[in-house]
Amino acid sequence: MTTSVDLVRDTPFTIGGRTFQSRLMVGTGKYPDNDTMMRAIDASGAEIVTVAVRRVDLDRSKDTSVLHHLDPKRFFLLANTAGCYTATDAVRYARLAREAGFNDFVKLEVIGDEETLLPDVQGLLEAAKILVKEGFKVLAYTNEDLITALRLEDAGCAAVMPLASPIGSGLGLLNPFSVRTIKRRLTVPVVVDAGVGTASDACVTMEQGVDGILMNTAIAAAQDPVAMARAMRLAVEAGRAAFLAGRMPRREVAFPSSPTQGMLD
Amino acid sequence: MKATIDIVINGEPRSVAPAVTLLDLLTELGLDPRAVVVEHNRHIVRRPSLGEVRVAPGDAIELVHFVGGG
Repeated sequence: MTTSVDLVRDTPFTIGGRTFQSRLMVGTGKYPDNDTMMRAIDASGAEIVTVAVRRVDLDRSKDTSVLHHLDPKRFFLLANTAGCYTATDAVRYARLAREAGFNDFVKLEVIGDEETLLPDVQGLLEAAKILVKEGFKVLAYTNEDLITALRLEDAGCAAVMPLASPIGSGLGLLNPFSVRTIKRRLTVPVVVDAGVGTASDACVTMEQGVDGILMNTAIAAAQDPVAMARAMRLAVEAGRAAFLAGRMPRREVAFPSSPTQGMLD
Repeated sequence: MKATIDIVINGEPRSVAPAVTLLDLLTELGLDPRAVVVEHNRHIVRRPSLGEVRVAPGDAIELVHFVGGG
């Protein structure tokens, strides 16, 4: 194994009582084809894989079920409530997802705006409370607002998932300070969800000390999704290792790396 | 007496035989009951009960499954 000492020393990554080896979670949307998707997921090393709940195509002209490709015994399927704009809809989708029978985890999204896909935090809190009461392990997709994150934790969420930047934007981590603050103040795992565009974004995000990252478009919409999935795997490991290692202090002036003594006259 | 009743499946109007069960509906549509979740008038019907619940005129049925998503 080439796993670094730092990663061996790492604390386990546990959400809702389940422990995972990989801190990278990936989505299954927007891939050019299923074969590319499966090879990319393999290359990412992810164990947690997100899926969406949608109507079956009654004409059966196209086979849209993702389970024909993803083995639920091999991957931990995390259903989302993507596309829901009210707490009522999100709760409905979560219940349907649980009935599919894989687990009681849900990635809760309540979207508040079509253009930015930013979360409706009021609806999110409302839905989170209902689902927690019904025994769901709620992973709540939220913005990078500390107060909302604290309220989601109080509501009993298993993890809080602040965004790096808007879903599918690829703009990277826009507000490292807020994400760091959320991580410092919360006890439940903090997993950054959405906005990562390339490997450096993933690395910088993990360097903030967050517990993991969930991404979809950054891999699926890359020129070569399989190669990008591998890059993301390495970036998440590198960022985590750098966080554990502890970076040097920032200085506003230079400090020579070579001795100033012993110079020739 | 009308030979069929009108219901709505996944938002589409459909005519089906009266008092058909949800399990019959799935079979008719060529769907594996283990691969779909059934919502009948906004209530989830668990797999073991699919053969017991009969549809009535005007019923709304949703058949869902997992697709790719982030």
